[in-house]
Amino acid sequence: MFEAVLLTVITAATPLLIAAIGELVVERSGVLNLGVEGMMIMGAVIGFAIANQTGSGTLGVIGAIAAGMAMSALFGFLVLVLVANQVATGLALTILGLGLSGMIGEAYIGVPGLRIPELYIPILSDIPFIGPVFFQQDAIVYIGFALIIGVAYFLFRTRAGLILRSVGDNHGSAHALGYSVLKIRFMAVLFGGACAGLAGAYMSLAYTPQWVENMTAGRGWIALALVVFASWLPFRVIIGAYLFGAVSVLNLHAQAIGLGVPSQFLSSLPYLATIGVLVLISANRRLTLVNTPACLGKPFVPDR
Amino acid sequence: MKSLLKATVAAAAFLAAGTAANAADVKACFVYVGPVGDFGWTYQHDQGRLAVVEHFGDKVETAFLESVAEGPDAERAIERFAREGCDIIFTTSFGYMNPTIKVAKKFPDVKFEHATGYKTADNVATYNSKFHQGRYIIGQVAAKQSKSGVAGYIASFPIPEVIAGINAFMLGAQSVNPDFQLKVVWVNTWFDPGKEADAAKALIDQGADIITQHTDSTAPLQVAQERGVHGFGQASDMVAFAPDAQYTAIIDDWAPYYIHRVQDVLDGTWESHSSWEGLAEKHVVMAPYTNLPADVVEMAKATEAKIVGGWEPFTGPITKQDGTVAAEDGVRLDDGAILGMNWYVKGVDDQLPQ
Amino acid sequence: MRIELVKRKEHSELMSLMSPLIAVGLTALSAAIIFAISGVNPALGLYKFFIEPLTEQWSLEATIEKATPLILIGCGLAVCYLSNNWNIGAEGQFVVGAMFGSILPVMFPSFENSLTLPLMLISGVIGGALWAMIPALLKTRFNTNEILTSLMLVYVAGLLLDYLVRGPWRDPDGFNFPESRIFSDAATLPDVFGGMMSLATPITIIIALVLALVLAKTIKGFEIRVMGESPRAGSFAGFSAKRLTIFSFALAGGLAGLAGTMVVSGSLNQLLPSISPGYGFTAIIVAFLGRLNPIGIIIAGFVLALSYIGGEGVQSGLGVSNKIASVIQGLLLFYVLACDTLILYRIRMVSRRAANPAGEVSHV
Repeated sequence: MFEAVLLTVITAATPLLIAAIGELVVERSGVLNLGVEGMMIMGAVIGFAIANQTGSGTLGVIGAIAAGMAMSALFGFLVLVLVANQVATGLALTILGLGLSGMIGEAYIGVPGLRIPELYIPILSDIPFIGPVFFQQDAIVYIGFALIIGVAYFLFRTRAGLILRSVGDNHGSAHALGYSVLKIRFMAVLFGGACAGLAGAYMSLAYTPQWVENMTAGRGWIALALVVFASWLPFRVIIGAYLFGAVSVLNLHAQAIGLGVPSQFLSSLPYLATIGVLVLISANRRLTLVNTPACLGKPFVPDR
Repeated sequence: MKSLLKATVAAAAFLAAGTAANAADVKACFVYVGPVGDFGWTYQHDQGRLAVVEHFGDKVETAFLESVAEGPDAERAIERFAREGCDIIFTTSFGYMNPTIKVAKKFPDVKFEHATGYKTADNVATYNSKFHQGRYIIGQVAAKQSKSGVAGYIASFPIPEVIAGINAFMLGAQSVNPDFQLKVVWVNTWFDPGKEADAAKALIDQGADIITQHTDSTAPLQVAQERGVHGFGQASDMVAFAPDAQYTAIIDDWAPYYIHRVQDVLDGTWESHSSWEGLAEKHVVMAPYTNLPADVVEMAKATEAKIVGGWEPFTGPITKQDGTVAAEDGVRLDDGAILGMNWYVKGVDDQLPQ
Repeated sequence: MRIELVKRKEHSELMSLMSPLIAVGLTALSAAIIFAISGVNPALGLYKFFIEPLTEQWSLEATIEKATPLILIGCGLAVCYLSNNWNIGAEGQFVVGAMFGSILPVMFPSFENSLTLPLMLISGVIGGALWAMIPALLKTRFNTNEILTSLMLVYVAGLLLDYLVRGPWRDPDGFNFPESRIFSDAATLPDVFGGMMSLATPITIIIALVLALVLAKTIKGFEIRVMGESPRAGSFAGFSAKRLTIFSFALAGGLAGLAGTMVVSGSLNQLLPSISPGYGFTAIIVAFLGRLNPIGIIIAGFVLALSYIGGEGVQSGLGVSNKIASVIQGLLLFYVLACDTLILYRIRMVSRRAANPAGEVSHV
């Protein structure tokens, strides 16, 4: 029973986790991309379409990543090259993504999709409890964990990560030291787009293998919230995504047991819990200030 | 979808030639609450519209607005159609009720048809289907097929139609197995595949081996398929998404009603009414029974025939959850009691928000 | 070749006027291409989308009605964004404001006199402001990020309204359907100018003009701008960032709540489970398109509303799906945002070799 619940939580948390870790890197570089939902839904539709045409889930996932990157490149061009307002551009990206995905997806409505197979990791997957929960998932779940570890290592253990963080914390000095702020930010934005696209592919190829309009149903926004929730620290993204996933799933279990509490209150629990935990974390002022990218959302124009 | 594209192109070509105004005898217009691509509620209404196009050909022109939010946008969308020369306007969501009535007052010559509401006027008719008839049948099938004796019900919002559906399902199940248990989860959405899937998983984890839903996506059935349990399609035949899991589906078929009413406008015989039909008029259709033993199929078909013959699933004895009697033996609930239902029958393991 | 931005010495007045026009031109071009691809006569599509709504009185009225809440919410948000307070929860403040504004007509329907409407509007302002106080206080007290909390509270507000309308506030004569009772005439916002528009529009325009004046000519306006551009400098001047956070959130929430009450009272006449087609989110775009300036926001709100009405026009008239409308809308926003760059910067195409510092100096 507990095992089964945990499995559900993992599926619910994975798209949030992947989209959030991508956005975390973007924000660490000092860029705020509110268009996660738009990139995710494009990933979902392109991933589904390609998998459907080619019969290959892998190609679908690759296509989804490319679609997310294409969307983010558009965003990057506007906010980095043309110095457009990041908040507004991100919102516009979401509007565009929702519309475009609906147009592309029209041919795929009512078509059963293909599901990415689960990978059973030998030996480990036979361990009772831990095995089925952690070692019998589909590839994207593992990629999600790998991304978290990889990003954490990259940001805090490599020189390139240090440069990326310094670009986000003080773009003036980074520029003075000779780093190309815009190039680094553009790479970060592309990475964020790739992750959002992958998260979208998870929705349409693993979570609920099908295409329907607006199927991401606001998960891109939750992912954005998780980045702040995690106070820009990769491992906290896991905690946030799982906490959110767990509360949303437990709400359904509480109802199935028959608690008799109005369902609207239970449905609002994940949001309230997020606020509550966030308050607890941010009350520790020193910690959050240290990790918040100081240049987040601020435009940079190299003036030589 | 291809035919939709064709229709779009054809309509555009028409307009471009500037002959639209008197090309067709009747213009029928539809306001949808969701995208036509939801493969659920709105999709089925649009299938009905396409059937109108197919049936009447050049005699009837159609138009639609999709994803019109309930609220301030609805009135504007309906009024736009009234002004653009629509002869009959179908507004396909409960939340469009008061905007429909408001606009209808301003345009007495235009006919309005509001789905699922209760307010009529000289030029406003209402229409709905007796989905609960189908729910009674799937309740019976569920009780026959369930090994655990527990079914899970994914519900959207506690409106009378959804509650009546839950009750009809339960009455059907109890007619086979008086101790049958039903667990209800309210997801507070009509449409969120991820959340519906999670709800299905939660219900299965709580012991349900039959999943049924009053939400629009195919996700719960897909979960049933993966987990090796069974379920029922909602609004459209979803068997393609769950070839081993779907027993049958309750299909909303709006085509007969739409064709009938557009014909009335063509003939000049349109009158306001409140239409509420079910299996007998084929406004509700059961998808082919699959994955079921012959005797269960036979039982389902027998019940279907009985309902078509005029029998009402909400016929006593019906006991409410709190133990009071809702209908004595043999007494049939009147339409108002079903359309405004806000209580559970005995045995439902859930509490209604009051 | 690469693109290089050269900062102008001051805002280009010419470009301030030209950039929106260029953006609309580019959007029209893209839209024409999209229409052509989907098999629609581009000229007809463009006419339906951009021109037709302006040619008829009712569609013009519909545009103004749609623009009104966007402008009102956008004005409040502009004050937040100018002062670096990232309130993106106006949608929730709109909803809670509408709930507070509806207390009187829903719970005390017999209270019908000339005070009903003013009291409703005031409660709406209070409700929206209170809801906005949550993220504001969490920010000032616990340093909690307001983007997240204000956004989360949007979902909570929606569920709260849903609970009320399906539960305690359900219309007793409504056959258990999720809707409140219908407001009496005393609780309905009257129409003005011979029924052309509801009172909401003049109220909104007056508030926007007052706000424009406050921002441009008063100490408070100065404080808002200084604290936004340089909080350090502001604090030397004796301004308190915390007080300004509370102030800007209260203002934005109050205006969003007022907008919510006016929509419920003026056009819906009752509470429903969903009362906003995303006004609070769309208003964020309006605020930025209007360059965080109330006058600009009035224009931006109108343009955005026009794109909605026009989008419906091409849908119903040409059978084009609403997805095309939202793609065009997204493109319009992109072009406007991109072209605004021209106001502050000149764009030069330079080849790598030619980019010598000596050449730059003369331009900067």
